[in-house]
Amino acid sequence: MPLVEPGGAPSNTEAPAVSEATAAAHWAKTSSLMLLVLGIWFFASFVVHLIAPSLNSIRILGFPFGFYMAAQGSLIIFVVALFWFANRQNQVDEEFGVQED
Amino acid sequence: MSGASKEKDPFIASLGKIYAGYTGGFAAFVVIIAILEQMGVPDRILGYLFVGLTIGVYAYIGIISRTQAVTEYYVAGRRVPALYNGMATGSDWMSAASFIGMAGSLYALGYGGLAFILGWTGGYMLVAILLAPYLRKFGQYTVPDFLGARYGGNAARLIGVTILITASFVYVVAQIVGVGIITQRFLDVSFTLAVFVGLAGILVCSMLGGMRAVTWTQVAQYIVLIIAYLIPAFLMSAKVTGVPLPQVMYGFALERIAELENGFRAAGMTPPPGVTGWHSAPFIGANGQFSLPAAINWFALVFCLMVGTASLPHILMRYFTTPSVKEARQSVAWSLFFIFLLYFTAPAYAAFAKVEIYQNIIGQPIASLPDWIKNWQIVSPYGVPWINIVDVNRDGILQWNEFRIHPDVVVLATPEIAGLPYVIAGLVAAGGLAAALSTADGLLLALANALSHDVYYKMIDRNAPTARRLTVSRVLLLTVAVAAAWVAGNAGADILFLVAWAFSIAAAGLFAALVMGVWYKKTTNIAAVVGMAVGYVITFGYMLHSEWFGLHFIQLFGTSDKIVAAARQVIAINQQFTSEALRAEAQAIIANAANVKDGALAWLGNIWGSPMNTDTVVLRNRVTGRMWGIGSISAGIFGVPVSFLVIYVVSQFTTAPSQAMQDFIDDIRIPKGGVRLADKREAVE
Repeated sequence: MPLVEPGGAPSNTEAPAVSEATAAAHWAKTSSLMLLVLGIWFFASFVVHLIAPSLNSIRILGFPFGFYMAAQGSLIIFVVALFWFANRQNQVDEEFGVQED
Repeated sequence: MSGASKEKDPFIASLGKIYAGYTGGFAAFVVIIAILEQMGVPDRILGYLFVGLTIGVYAYIGIISRTQAVTEYYVAGRRVPALYNGMATGSDWMSAASFIGMAGSLYALGYGGLAFILGWTGGYMLVAILLAPYLRKFGQYTVPDFLGARYGGNAARLIGVTILITASFVYVVAQIVGVGIITQRFLDVSFTLAVFVGLAGILVCSMLGGMRAVTWTQVAQYIVLIIAYLIPAFLMSAKVTGVPLPQVMYGFALERIAELENGFRAAGMTPPPGVTGWHSAPFIGANGQFSLPAAINWFALVFCLMVGTASLPHILMRYFTTPSVKEARQSVAWSLFFIFLLYFTAPAYAAFAKVEIYQNIIGQPIASLPDWIKNWQIVSPYGVPWINIVDVNRDGILQWNEFRIHPDVVVLATPEIAGLPYVIAGLVAAGGLAAALSTADGLLLALANALSHDVYYKMIDRNAPTARRLTVSRVLLLTVAVAAAWVAGNAGADILFLVAWAFSIAAAGLFAALVMGVWYKKTTNIAAVVGMAVGYVITFGYMLHSEWFGLHFIQLFGTSDKIVAAARQVIAINQQFTSEALRAEAQAIIANAANVKDGALAWLGNIWGSPMNTDTVVLRNRVTGRMWGIGSISAGIFGVPVSFLVIYVVSQFTTAPSQAMQDFIDDIRIPKGGVRLADKREAVE
């Protein structure tokens, strides 16, 4: 995997690794996955905490629920979502044959 | 390069064994110290053993990993497996602020402090989905490398380096303050000397082996810091609730805190300055009622910390070290997992410490307080003891507001507060040291690489031989470290505050340009350069102006009553912290209060109306301005959107990127194949 071919020729005369259509389809699917995960991120980071004062009236094992979400709940969502994302993106790459050799 | 990295490497294959043996060795060491303590060896000797032995191990790893190869020095040979890179990123990430400062802030702020917990984890989502895999595919050495290649050379590279240096330098100063606090307490030396002792520990890890040494040291440091953080939390949980599962059981501690707080209030007591009186209540003001500015500041801080996470070069460059794009993505998930282990324990730590203090210390006669309080009577760089007992009403009994503990020592003092054996206190100190050293290493390396690789090699001397480039890097590393230690020793500031500044600076300067470089093909060179500059100037300028020129700031953006209020705040500050000229100016304003006019930009400062008016508060012995009531640690909230907007708008009016550049972006977007650089001069090696 040389970063750039040695010598003086312009490096962009190389052929792309995959066809333009495949690349575009792959990018479309990658983008929608990105938007989905970004949505999960936005929900767990901001939306759920907007109602923290009302969630706090629910108590589980002594935890006010609004406090719990900011201290643990959202964090668990982040971790699970990231492992899922890494997996899903690999599937997308393989589906279009653009995974690493 | 590709051939070597694909082969089965005996070192990589035996990593599991090496670190399992290391973990066992560390556990045995802790047990031996515990036995020595039982045999009556003095605490001071145990402290020396903990600090000395752990630093010795890191130095050993640093020395055996020394290297003269450029790929090893800058990106650890690109063969760090996802799991280990996750661990290394975890300790690179978790700094003195996370280990020492965070639980302390949670102790003081309650729900308000959870902004740090959320902000410093959620940002990894942005790293994984928006940046890390693409930067890995790009496959060079530094973040400014990417900016240079994507945005046509030295202008973008230079401004990237400027932002990197500002953010990383502020950040590294905070780490050195953290090292200084621990060394001061456990080696019993002055704060300024402590800072330089800590510095020696940092340098032995990173000087010789660059990224390779830092990576393998950071994995070792992660293991120490996570053990050191979890064990006291488990012990405290067992002590307070009878069940050693702090993350599940601290709900009951929260209930107990609420009862104790209500009891204190019923007895007519108030919380000490800076500590909330309602631990679990979100978005409240000093009176316990809902406060819109509190909510806005909370969300703004979460936003800035998350975006900052995804912009800090010392974190992003860790993902340059994985063998593949796929592993880069997995590595981000592992990083977050290892960080999560500490972060979901921190609120438990804070809650148990609070129960212990409220239950066993408040209400006791001051004359008969336990010994550990005396240990923390040493004076902090802020001019007051770390734990400050002030008998306000002179009744000899410790009231709620008379026990003032600096947030930065809550974690370090908790084992003693809870009456755990000294070995645990030593363990926590070793963990805190590991956290501060590992982050300082990563930051210093990022700084030195930016100066040696991006400035010296790429911009000054393209033909510099490898040996000279690495020598330049090491000399710069030393210079930057000494400068940072000097600043830390002379201008101590709260760790969390400094760190949050670094996040906002990086976020406003770099995030938009990095994200749009990958996700928006039409982003032009000029747009990115202007966008980075504008975001950086707005955010950093706002910080400097509002923090050090608060009175001038409010005279520009505030209404007349806020200007007079600020002048009164200046006069109320202890005179040793304000200048003669400033006090005279404030006196003049107060004397002429009836004729004070609104500031020239008061319309902008009050555009949202009450309660989001621009005002000032006294923090860190300074009158500091708050635009729209938003504190300067969330200053990125102004810079980030402006930076995006500027890049988008300018891109519409400037010449579109060349076909070669578009090909380059296409290559970055897929894991397969090589990268066709638009400008070959941007290639490394």
